[in-house]
Amino acid sequence: MNDPILRYTLVERVMHWIAAVAFCYVLATGLAFYSPHLYWIATLLGGAPTSRFWHPWLGVVFAATLFWMLKAWLGDMRITPADRKWGDSMQHYIRNEDENLPPIDRFNIGQKYFFWGMLWAGIVLLLSGAVLWFPELIPWSLRGLRFAAVLLHVSSALITIGLFIIHVYMGTAVVRGGFTSIIRGEVSPAWARTHHRLWFQRVTGK
Amino acid sequence: MSSGNLRVQKISGHAGPVAGEGTQRQEQVCKLIDTTTCIGCKACEVACMEWNDLPFGETVFDNTYQTMPETRWNYWNLIKFNEHPREDGSMQWLMRKDQCMHCADPGCLAACPADNAIVQYQNGIVDFQQEYCIGCQYCVTGCPFNIPKFNPQTKKMFKCTLCTDRVSQGLEPACIKACPTGCLHFGTKDDMKELAGARAQQLREHSGYANAGVYDPVGVGGTSVIYVLHDITNPEAYGGLPSDPRVPWAVRIWKQPLKWLGNLAMIGGLIGVTMHYLRFGPKKVKDDE
Ligand code: HEM
Ligand code: SF4
Ligand code: SF4
Repeated sequence: MNDPILRYTLVERVMHWIAAVAFCYVLATGLAFYSPHLYWIATLLGGAPTSRFWHPWLGVVFAATLFWMLKAWLGDMRITPADRKWGDSMQHYIRNEDENLPPIDRFNIGQKYFFWGMLWAGIVLLLSGAVLWFPELIPWSLRGLRFAAVLLHVSSALITIGLFIIHVYMGTAVVRGGFTSIIRGEVSPAWARTHHRLWFQRVTGK
Repeated sequence: MSSGNLRVQKISGHAGPVAGEGTQRQEQVCKLIDTTTCIGCKACEVACMEWNDLPFGETVFDNTYQTMPETRWNYWNLIKFNEHPREDGSMQWLMRKDQCMHCADPGCLAACPADNAIVQYQNGIVDFQQEYCIGCQYCVTGCPFNIPKFNPQTKKMFKCTLCTDRVSQGLEPACIKACPTGCLHFGTKDDMKELAGARAQQLREHSGYANAGVYDPVGVGGTSVIYVLHDITNPEAYGGLPSDPRVPWAVRIWKQPLKWLGNLAMIGGLIGVTMHYLRFGPKKVKDDE
């Protein structure tokens, strides 16, 4: 009756943690080059030239896992009318008045926005990052591309950082059990009923 | 490059005060290039290669006198040859020695994220310190003159040092020594401006170059390399010398408001989630069945 429910398969968990580790590395090295006050991060991570070398590669790994997630979760991440109704009462969710919220499926609309935001920002980061990676291939006459790339890269990085702060905070501090579920894969039935009732009913048939 | 007794007044990617700022009685130095007496002999190109011991690269033959289209990581000093049609249909040679302009407000330095990779000495020379360079090439994005060049082998940037090693010992740059026509001069910025002004006046009043003038662009705070041009209204004709060079606005936005807004947003986000936790705390799992 109280058997734990599988929320994330092993493959989903591996996928998540590759993305997370790659993102944290790219975030740390990116911030080092973003601000002179944070340049010491690059020193900690093996020196600035090393960070410059690995940042784009890990960025590509991160972008690749985004597409992997898209493939794995596309069905779960579509935003439905039920999500929008849930979204309308988002302030109850923020204030922990969850009893006033309609039931939802595997992911709530906040999680879905997080996914789509990361995906689109990741695509912009990948494209602008490619320009920053090989600027020597861009002729002087097209240097507008370099300008666009730095501005887009920094802006979209900031968007992902904002999303990332909320994501980590919600997943570890607010929705207790979420962090365990992405490590060990399982949640308790009570957790599933409280946070994702439709999903609970769908996977348990209750 | 060797900086000898020079102290630094600006440092790239640097947090906190600059150690050398205001600690020396240095005059700003300046190289004056009189394009009206340049004969395009390339002696300065050779002198630069020799003094700086640069490895030879392939030159490009394109049926003109042009050694190669632009400077390279191992070719810091390049004469740009331009055949300029006069109004009467005849042809005029415009020859300009191209190299780093040593801007007072250097875009390369503004863009560079690496602490110490680009410095500006008290005497105005802008110098790259390859041992600190990370090879990101942001400096190329920041420079309005297309000067810093990437060495793909070492992944470091190189450009004219204004012979920092010579100047710090009281010598003039190697190119100045080599010029056979005396179209290159070296001295304090004030002296060079005076000399250039007098030469431009002479050209206007006695040589029929009514538009002759001095190129010392204010958009980058003036430069430590200044030109006398036959026609100051058309610097582009001299192989793409920009008429109003500035640190690109994209670089200004990127390095100023975007950084501060981003920092505020990141700190605000962290404070925001902390406050949320203090106010609302974790969600409770209800076991209602
Ligand atoms: C998706 C593939 C990515 C590629 C190919 C890429 C590439 C690059 C390159 C080449 C640079 C120049 C300096 C350096 O190499 O460190 C850079 C800077 C940066 N990257 Fe990325 N990156 C990617 C993803 C990301 C992501 C996901 C973030 C998110 C945090 C990010 C944040 C930054 C930041 C903050 C900078 C510094 C910008 C500045 O100097 O102001 N990048 N990136
Ligand atoms: S490549 Fe240019 S901008 Fe980047 S660290 Fe080196 S000198 Fe600075
Ligand atoms: S010309 Fe370019 S490389 Fe030279 S000081 Fe100015 S911005 Fe820097």
